[in-house]
Amino acid sequence: MIKIFAQYLIFPGIVFSFLIGAMGFWLERKLTARFQYRIGPPWYQNFIDVTKLFLKETILPKDASRMMFMLSPIVSLSATALVCIILANNYFLNRSFLGDIIVVLYLLLIPSLFTILGALSSKNPLALVGAAREIKLMLAYEFVFITCLIIAIVKSGNSVMLSDITGLQILNKPNIISFSGAIAVLLSIFYVQAKLCIVPFDAAEAEQEIMAGTVIEYSGPLLGFYKISKLMLYFSLPLFIISLFIKIRTQTTFERYLVFFLIYILIIFVMSVIKNINPRMRIKDAVQFFWFLLFPLGILGIILAQLGL
Amino acid sequence: MKLKEKILTKSLWVYHLSAGSCNNCDIEILDCFTPRFDIERFGIQLVGSIRHADVLLITGAMNKKSAKILKALYEQAPRPLFVAAVGICPCSQNLFKGNYPMLSALDEIVPVDVYIPGCPPRPEAIIAGIAKLINKVTEKNKK
Repeated sequence: MIKIFAQYLIFPGIVFSFLIGAMGFWLERKLTARFQYRIGPPWYQNFIDVTKLFLKETILPKDASRMMFMLSPIVSLSATALVCIILANNYFLNRSFLGDIIVVLYLLLIPSLFTILGALSSKNPLALVGAAREIKLMLAYEFVFITCLIIAIVKSGNSVMLSDITGLQILNKPNIISFSGAIAVLLSIFYVQAKLCIVPFDAAEAEQEIMAGTVIEYSGPLLGFYKISKLMLYFSLPLFIISLFIKIRTQTTFERYLVFFLIYILIIFVMSVIKNINPRMRIKDAVQFFWFLLFPLGILGIILAQLGL
Repeated sequence: MKLKEKILTKSLWVYHLSAGSCNNCDIEILDCFTPRFDIERFGIQLVGSIRHADVLLITGAMNKKSAKILKALYEQAPRPLFVAAVGICPCSQNLFKGNYPMLSALDEIVPVDVYIPGCPPRPEAIIAGIAKLINKVTEKNKK
């Protein structure tokens, strides 16, 4: 009983995913700094940022609907924590249940949804602009990610269980070594960019333009909850990609961790390259990019997967 | 608590208010984030919203219109908040002293923690000012 609790809460559950996510976000910041010939923040910077936010005062705006305003960071954090528990337990301990892909898909919607609700409840006009952009972006990227999931499901012989998908990859070969799998990995990296509001798709949180958009009215611990859930998504979304498409056969436990960290660092690197060579897309361009370029690519991927390529 | 101040000073998020400046100080502040000076290595970031800020950074001589905005911003910010005045204008009103749109000195409107004079101050001076601010916060706590 205690062991299971420890597995859910500490390793490989919430605490572990927060630590790895914070380090991943630091890596991204450091890489960005190196791309710009800067030195960049020290490795403990994200921990200090989060701790500092919990030492600050929380201000509730006068016109905000308080219940929703205070509830939405907490709900989005708890949904993210559940995602982390499900995915990490599957990857590191081979624990799985029927339909967990669909559960994870639903749970991944919740942070974005409650970011929007929190922004709307704060009654700030810039937050409203950010929320409107986030809704449009969500309609764009979720479609694309669903095609990626369908590719993974088709490749595993129509199973909606995460352990079936990873198991088949271990038996045969990783999904990425095929045309449809490669397409799916490409699409899901763009999905992660959009989900985490990283630069080409950060119109909802554009700092220079609408002053942090959706989170503009949040301060102190409530902002800290958002920050933590973002750091945890930094771990869980790449982990989801890895377990869907890039699960490599390993002999020992050490090898398994080594392979995971190498691929994780590689994904973060690709993401930060995309971040640093692109400007911010206008919301119209971003939606067009997802609907008219990536979505047809996803459909092509599904057809290729059906053909067994 | 010594630890609390230490954590606060290791991640200062700066909100930048230009209260009628001539833009020179603003450019010098942006210089601090360029590769040559790179104050992100001390955990300092520019943030867009005053709700996220730890430091309210003021440039420019304060006139009647911007004083209202400054007061509103100071009240909206979450505590603990530090106020930094960058450039000679917010420090002493420079050659605008006694001009018709001017109010009294800056520190009669909000309490100021650190003054960084210069027209404009060099990025080194701004970094030295930040170091003074950090020293002040941690020293005050030792007593």
